[in-house]
Amino acid sequence: MKIIIPVKRVLDPYTQARVNNQTQQVDLTNAKMAMNPFCEIAVEEALTLKESGSASETIAVSIGTDKTVDTLRTALAMGVDRAIFVKTDSELDLQPLHVAKILANIIKREEAQLVIMGKQAVDNDNNQTGQMLSGLIDYSLGTFISKFDLSADASSVEVCREIDSGIETRKLNLPAIVTVDLRLNEPRYASLPNIMKARSKPLETIELSSLEIDTAPRIKVVSVEESGTKDRASKQISSAEELFNELNQMGVL
Amino acid sequence: MSALILIELNGSEVSANSRAAITAASQLSDTIDAIVLTNDASNSSSVSSLAGINTVKMIVDDSLENANVEVASKLIADVMSGYSFLISGSSTYSKNILPRVGALLDVQPISDVCEIKSNNTFVRPLYAGNVMATVESSDETIVMTVRATAFEHSGDGGSASVETISASMPGSNSEFISLQESESERPELTTAERIVSGGRGLGSKENFTLIEQLADKLDAAVGASRAAVDAGFISNDYQVGQTGKVVAPKLYLAVGISGAIQHLAGMKDSQVIVVINNDPDAPMSRMADLVWQVDLFDALNELNAYQV
Repeated sequence: MKIIIPVKRVLDPYTQARVNNQTQQVDLTNAKMAMNPFCEIAVEEALTLKESGSASETIAVSIGTDKTVDTLRTALAMGVDRAIFVKTDSELDLQPLHVAKILANIIKREEAQLVIMGKQAVDNDNNQTGQMLSGLIDYSLGTFISKFDLSADASSVEVCREIDSGIETRKLNLPAIVTVDLRLNEPRYASLPNIMKARSKPLETIELSSLEIDTAPRIKVVSVEESGTKDRASKQISSAEELFNELNQMGVL
Repeated sequence: MSALILIELNGSEVSANSRAAITAASQLSDTIDAIVLTNDASNSSSVSSLAGINTVKMIVDDSLENANVEVASKLIADVMSGYSFLISGSSTYSKNILPRVGALLDVQPISDVCEIKSNNTFVRPLYAGNVMATVESSDETIVMTVRATAFEHSGDGGSASVETISASMPGSNSEFISLQESESERPELTTAERIVSGGRGLGSKENFTLIEQLADKLDAAVGASRAAVDAGFISNDYQVGQTGKVVAPKLYLAVGISGAIQHLAGMKDSQVIVVINNDPDAPMSRMADLVWQVDLFDALNELNAYQV
């Protein structure tokens, strides 16, 4: 069984996003970039399956300009067998619908039975691509998963989903797509020898234009503005009595 | 132009999320219909009495009690002709289903809308809410989820007509097994007026009960940081933040939470923020209205013993 793991290169999640007011875009020039944390969890889960003998091959896929190769090399260094790089000409504004269409193409070509991916990317926070991909290729879908148990014959998977009311358990027959949540596993770090080894692992480049997918934007970003947390005039207090008095005065009790 | 609301039910009650979606729809459309996927036809009554709804479209089938997303998205996509908008409140329910409907309709959905500028222009958060983007859609049908904290929750007082749609259930390759629901008598996190939230500083599941005691005293909901959930002090559905729940209560009382940006993203719009922590440099303290720099156990014991 082949596993496809789509991964995304994003602004490092511990870096503050800054807006360039001239371009009306988030300024990524010289910014520290990283693999989307949810994608790291997806890679880890795929590697665990490979190591347990349940998967024949793990394939990371990413889409973007040349710099995207860094993220694929990270996946290879973590242990993925090979990578597919879908190369775009410029900083094309690809939206989840486009990404899902591109991934659908790759998955069909590879005849992959299982797709493991992050539930959202921490830049655009859309939380859409896995769901849309499932709609396009009619694979069964398990979103926001915190537990993944493949059946012994690898024909189905039982997943626990973290939902607003608690934990839901579902059985998905393969082929399936799962989108992973934070508590599924603890992703490994790439060791130095593995980083070296990753350089010689196969990385195939596909020109996006060769896939003949309509990438006309459906959504145009008109403007962006920073709306970070605003500091407040913090008043120091020092007792329960003082706290209750303040809250009463503010009328919030 | 007419709008269809995907209604989310909690038991037989209409969720606050769905009520926010109705308010959002009223800014876009004069005709608002609702669709309900349920196993119980009598659930139409709570939906038809919502203010502002024209027609309630009921799809009733035993299998829809815990509907498979493959089935739900197909059923919704099939009733979309004639509608310009499909709107639902942001929740794990809608975030599971709506993007899949979007793919079936070949449209690009818009997540977590916080403000409506015009019929095709919306404001939504990026980067855990640190950036707000104004986006314009060119799709003919607009599929979107809206933040329940950004729109008023529409009330009752309507008398919509009810139409039962006899749809054949599409096939599906997945099945529901079980739901482990968190039972709580406390107010629901996303709609509570007051929230007492605990972090890693609590140290253990047993100590976390001090947070619950204080919440009961204040008639508040209980919340938690990711670190507290990861450590197993409390279950996932209490997590506040970028990937958990987004809240905007009158009072947010944070105990032992340092304030990672992912957590701040989920509560920064709270009216009054109180921080109890012994670390004066914690990011959380900077956005507090009131700060009590103290050993958190001393503070919790004093607060829980205090006679209001």
